[in-house]
Amino acid sequence: MAINAVGREVPTYVEGLGEFRPYAGVFATPPKGRRFGPTIRRTGGKKLLPSLRAAIEASGLKDGMTISFHHHFRNGDLLVNRVVNEIAAMGIKDLTLAASSLQSIHKEIIPHIRSGVITAITTSGLRGELAEVLSREVLLKAPVMIRSHGGRVRAIESGELKIDVAFIAAPNADEYGNLNGINGPTACGSLGYAFADAQYAECVVAVTDTLVPYPAIPISIPQTQVDYVVVVDKVGDPQGIMSGVTRLTRDPMELLIAEKACRVIEASGLFREGFSFQVGAGGSSLAVARFLRERMAATGVRGRFATGGITGYIVGMLKDGLIDAILDTQCFDLVAVESLRDDPRHVEMSASFYANPHTKTCTSDILDIMMLGATEIDLDFNVNVMTGSDGIMMGASGGHPDTAAGAKLRLVTAPLIRGRFPIVVDRVHTVVTPGECIDALVTQYGVAVNPRNPELKARLKDAGIDTVSIEELQERAERLTGKPEELALGDEIVALIEYRDGTLIDTVRRVI
Amino acid sequence: MRNRLRRSMMFVPGNNPSMIISAPVFRPDSIILDLEDAVSVNQKDAARDLVVEALRTLDFGSCETVIRINGRHTPYCEDDIRALVPARPNMLRLAMTEEPEDIVWADRMIGEVELEHDIPHGTVKLMAAIETARGVLNAERIARASERLVALSFGAEDFTNSIQSERSRDGFELFTARALIVMAARAAGIQPIDTVYSNVDDDEGFRADVQRAKQMGFAGKSCVHPRQVAIVHEVFRPSESEVRRAEAIMAAIQEAERRGSGVIAVNGRMVDGPIVSKAERVLQLAQAVGMTKGGDTSGN
Repeated sequence: MAINAVGREVPTYVEGLGEFRPYAGVFATPPKGRRFGPTIRRTGGKKLLPSLRAAIEASGLKDGMTISFHHHFRNGDLLVNRVVNEIAAMGIKDLTLAASSLQSIHKEIIPHIRSGVITAITTSGLRGELAEVLSREVLLKAPVMIRSHGGRVRAIESGELKIDVAFIAAPNADEYGNLNGINGPTACGSLGYAFADAQYAECVVAVTDTLVPYPAIPISIPQTQVDYVVVVDKVGDPQGIMSGVTRLTRDPMELLIAEKACRVIEASGLFREGFSFQVGAGGSSLAVARFLRERMAATGVRGRFATGGITGYIVGMLKDGLIDAILDTQCFDLVAVESLRDDPRHVEMSASFYANPHTKTCTSDILDIMMLGATEIDLDFNVNVMTGSDGIMMGASGGHPDTAAGAKLRLVTAPLIRGRFPIVVDRVHTVVTPGECIDALVTQYGVAVNPRNPELKARLKDAGIDTVSIEELQERAERLTGKPEELALGDEIVALIEYRDGTLIDTVRRVI
Repeated sequence: MRNRLRRSMMFVPGNNPSMIISAPVFRPDSIILDLEDAVSVNQKDAARDLVVEALRTLDFGSCETVIRINGRHTPYCEDDIRALVPARPNMLRLAMTEEPEDIVWADRMIGEVELEHDIPHGTVKLMAAIETARGVLNAERIARASERLVALSFGAEDFTNSIQSERSRDGFELFTARALIVMAARAAGIQPIDTVYSNVDDDEGFRADVQRAKQMGFAGKSCVHPRQVAIVHEVFRPSESEVRRAEAIMAAIQEAERRGSGVIAVNGRMVDGPIVSKAERVLQLAQAVGMTKGGDTSGN
């Protein structure tokens, strides 16, 4: 074990996963080595196979291998459960499941974990019953490896995460394996998280419900990377992404926080002609876009581009000429899907392009303004987005540590109290993003600027925005909630939190 | 304070702890913790206990604390007064006031409880809610019924029922009642507060309603949603030129006082009593929205 740069004890060796370096600082651990290359193969013959089972057989999947999936359908994903059920029926076992993220719909794989079909998992997030089971029981051969979106693709490119068979849900495909996500009845938009799987897996199985005559255009993932194509009735439920346009919150507390955050942005000096930003799809984060939009309209300041997961609201800003471009790894609603299909200024980007710290440039490193969430934030501004106040895994690392590392202004918005628990704590249960890359916390009770950024504090003061210390916010919350009790935890590590550069930033211990 | 700013008086259900805790962050001038309509009969006792606890433990910041207690002719009113006064809210709002005697009775009861608990007489203020045709016609006498009374508020939902009408979007049916309440309150030197606008999704309808109320002479508006608070504050925000003129008037008065001169003119126009009081009112509103030096900078 070693103590890392955020003061967490992390293992230096984990049985089944190998050696690890402790987190040493945001850009303290430079890349080394060469990019991984999969075996050169010529699939030849017919790529279109009659069934999923035929494709699994053709892929050569065996005990002990690694299978991968993307999460573009979010909770409407149908492929992970289907493939794992099929593999279990074929008697293959001891597999590593390497999904870009897992959702509550994936509780169906719990029996396959118990029976030894799946014995290791790497993912960005875990939710619902699956997350709860993996938080309370030691069922896998090794802890779940939690990786950020940038960290996952980095691990694939470096060869740390070797994928034997990638299963790619493709809303649109031709018989030679040209794929896109924007056409067909189950269109999910960007396929950005699947690009690395297609490029680096030993074998790539595309699963579609809409086979079109060659070539399927536009081509997101090309035939040169795809081994087999299988047609099923339905690859995913786009309703799981979200129908129509994402609605802006009407929750007055979220709006209040968003409005405060917008004032911070405006005072930061980064709200200027040609700025770039990323907001999430939920609550106060998306609401920040609303207030930004109002201020852009009022001041005439125009942005250049928006990135990340994209909603109809951001598409509206593009259509209204407030921004010039959208770089999209994931569509959060069907309006975003349509825009990606119809508007050439709305561009699909890969996870590597978006957030891989070990590329020559990733977009998250050149972003101006990043709005972030938090389940907890501590006095060092370390952020938890992975575990809840009960210690159970319920979230995702996602692009949080990636965008926080590179963006110029990193704001966390959160209500000071959530479900009777204060959001500001002495030490977050799980560090996902180090406090070194958080500039300020915006709550309904005030803005706390990280002392590492005195310039921001001075700018806010000049703009007449009062700030408080994070300790004051904590005290204010605890006056209402009391001090939360320590959680009862076992010794066993159930998950490792890998920082985007491949070092370990924290662990998650079993909840008793 | 008798004539403090009461632009926005925001209702919060007295049985909802998280909403009570959150209320001050929206910066209404007054928070009305509701024990009447928002609380069902079987929760009256629990809500009362919760509100007492909230008054004793929470920090309401600069917000005035008002409790809407149940009407005099309900079985809860007396218990409400006995339990709440010791917790020292700024004010009690008596629902369904119809006669001056209702206020006289409440005044006496509050006074008794103040005495029992060594609270200075008159600490807890009163506000009468006029919600019936009879209440409207008695408004003038109600407004003068007690020194403790600082405001008359209008409750349009029960009122329209009492005149056997329905509430419309433009509020035509409320015109006479509103006018009478404004005059009764202003004649007695207390504040008239306009009724709630229940459709929380109709921001534009609400804004028009607030503009009408302001034009008619109301000092403020009852709100049922935090979003309405910001709209009220926008409507009551004085214009930049009004503020500059008010500042010039007050500066001229100070200058005249310094010189011992009795006659004051600003920009060639005589400044008399009504102009001074209007200037004071404008500056009070301006200070609340940070338009003057040393004012609030929250944007509210």
